[in-house]
Amino acid sequence: MPDLQKSDQTMWDRVAESHEFRDLMATKKIFIIPAFIFFLVYYFLLPILVGYAPQFMAQKVWGNVNLAYLFALSQFFMAWTIAGLYVRASDDFDEISKDIVDKAVNEKEFRGGK
Amino acid sequence: MSASLVMFLVFIAITLVITYWASKRSAGASAYFAAGRQIKSWQNGVAVAGDYMSAASFLGIAGIIAFQGYDGFMFSVGWLVAYLTVLLVIAEPLRNAGKYTMADVLAYRLKPRPVRAMAALSTLTVSTFYMIAQMVGAGALVALLLKGSGISYNYAVIGVGLLMIIYVVFGGMLATTWVQIIKAILLMGGTVLLSILVMAHFHFSFYAFFDAVGHVTYHDKGQEVVKDFMQPGLRYKPPYGALELISLGLALIFGTAGLPHILVRFYTVPDAKTARHSVVWAMALIGSFYIMTTFLGFGAATVVGRDFIAKNGGTNMSGPLLAQALAGDVFFAFICAIAFATILAVVAGLTISATTSFAHDFWTNVIHKGTERKPGEEVRVARISAFVVGAVAISIAIVLGPTFNVAFLVALAFAVAASANLPVILLSIFWRRFNTAGAVAGLAVGLLSSIGLIIIGPSIMAVDPPTITGAARHLIQAKTIFPLENPGILSIPLGFIAAFLGTMLSKEPTSEHKFNELLVRSNTGLGAEKATAGH
Repeated sequence: MPDLQKSDQTMWDRVAESHEFRDLMATKKIFIIPAFIFFLVYYFLLPILVGYAPQFMAQKVWGNVNLAYLFALSQFFMAWTIAGLYVRASDDFDEISKDIVDKAVNEKEFRGGK
Repeated sequence: MSASLVMFLVFIAITLVITYWASKRSAGASAYFAAGRQIKSWQNGVAVAGDYMSAASFLGIAGIIAFQGYDGFMFSVGWLVAYLTVLLVIAEPLRNAGKYTMADVLAYRLKPRPVRAMAALSTLTVSTFYMIAQMVGAGALVALLLKGSGISYNYAVIGVGLLMIIYVVFGGMLATTWVQIIKAILLMGGTVLLSILVMAHFHFSFYAFFDAVGHVTYHDKGQEVVKDFMQPGLRYKPPYGALELISLGLALIFGTAGLPHILVRFYTVPDAKTARHSVVWAMALIGSFYIMTTFLGFGAATVVGRDFIAKNGGTNMSGPLLAQALAGDVFFAFICAIAFATILAVVAGLTISATTSFAHDFWTNVIHKGTERKPGEEVRVARISAFVVGAVAISIAIVLGPTFNVAFLVALAFAVAASANLPVILLSIFWRRFNTAGAVAGLAVGLLSSIGLIIIGPSIMAVDPPTITGAARHLIQAKTIFPLENPGILSIPLGFIAAFLGTMLSKEPTSEHKFNELLVRSNTGLGAEKATAGH
């Protein structure tokens, strides 16, 4: 295992400021920040609506199945959908990360592996 | 010998064989604490599910839905959606930058000793409270299930405690992982069967099922009542019901990603990509399970009924009694054995996370400043502390007794995880300016405010009429000061504010300089801990 613990601090700075790394961070942020905000809003609408508008949420939609239950159920599919989209998007992250890691490992100070 | 006891013994025998097998593969710190980082993504996903779905899920949620209808389903939703926080912001950075504990991630750029000491304290608090809740539940359950076999509450608690100590001391993370995997498969299997039986009872008509849920009949104070259990509001009532729901949601969404026994699971896989896929596996299982709590909970409410459950073991027996009503005694025994396996797998996960934190964070890094004095010391200390943690949990569970109300301990564990652990992990990964003073302040305030608000809240502090006696009485007989059972809505912001103020009021240039290192490590996996070669 390469011992990077004590390696030169400037190496981390160099990678952090590299074009590829900035590209990685930008690519990640474009997905993660909107996804995170969307799921928080979608999720907290449930306790807010159930808590403050119980009559509205108690409306029956199909037989005795009401809006409150359907919205709660939709949360599961929302979570699975976002997880699926994230896994797809993260293929791109992995590709850029691999380039960054390969490049850094090839540099001299990363000798001393196993 | 009852059928339950036979099934318990079969499960115990299988897990002990696994522990023996794992004990030969647990030499070395990485093998012991992180199963050599060789767990596959599906295995880890199933193990996360097995680690996470506790007795509170299987027995507790079915009971809350059976007694209070729709509102209980709010727990089910939150417990799954919470995994988006784990997936999007926690699992991969943690795997990339850490070694064995969450404090590893903090220690990169902050002063290791104060940060690790506080993180270990918070980890031990969360794990111990959660463990005591599980053990009291386990003791009461086993004593009830094996009624007539001569196994009392105390013996049941000691038995569960000894088993978890054996798994962790001899089998380490590898044995714990496989106990969790087997339990998760059993739990899913039992829940699917039970759900199918409930629907068969309604001739596979969802319309008829939900129609029956619309008029659940039971007796309240001698009066017959008919309620629509699909309606919200049976548990969370005005004036504080809505705030309580939001506060609960906050604790679940941010607490899950701060639970130490869940976080350590991500160190058992080879890399961040495997960690990511294991979260997705876990979400598939956990989500399916919690959707099926609809059938377990409403099934118990309609098929068995509140009156019968209340007379035959109380809310927590809703699921097992449903199994008995639908398919007789052998299936009842099978569901009870699953509940027992569920508890064992969770307490084993809690024990290993607590002992890892004590040995790695506190012993090696705080007391001995990061070096092992003898090779293998860290693992030896972990094994010894597993005995201590187990003994403490057994003793406290016996002192509290089977009727002690443990629900607030689970709420407390989630509140501390959400208010102390999560803010500090998040800020450490994402905020360049963040520093040691901020981390220590955030951990301390998050921990103390969660505990404090629960003590002055309705779980502990209230005035009971003299008709209520014994364990049902509140611990502090005084007027409730904080009106919510879940402190998250206040304690989470307090944790963040303390972390922010602590940072702004102090200067620590090295922490800012080293931010790039953590940023690169956590996002690319450069320099991440590798899987060790197989044996």
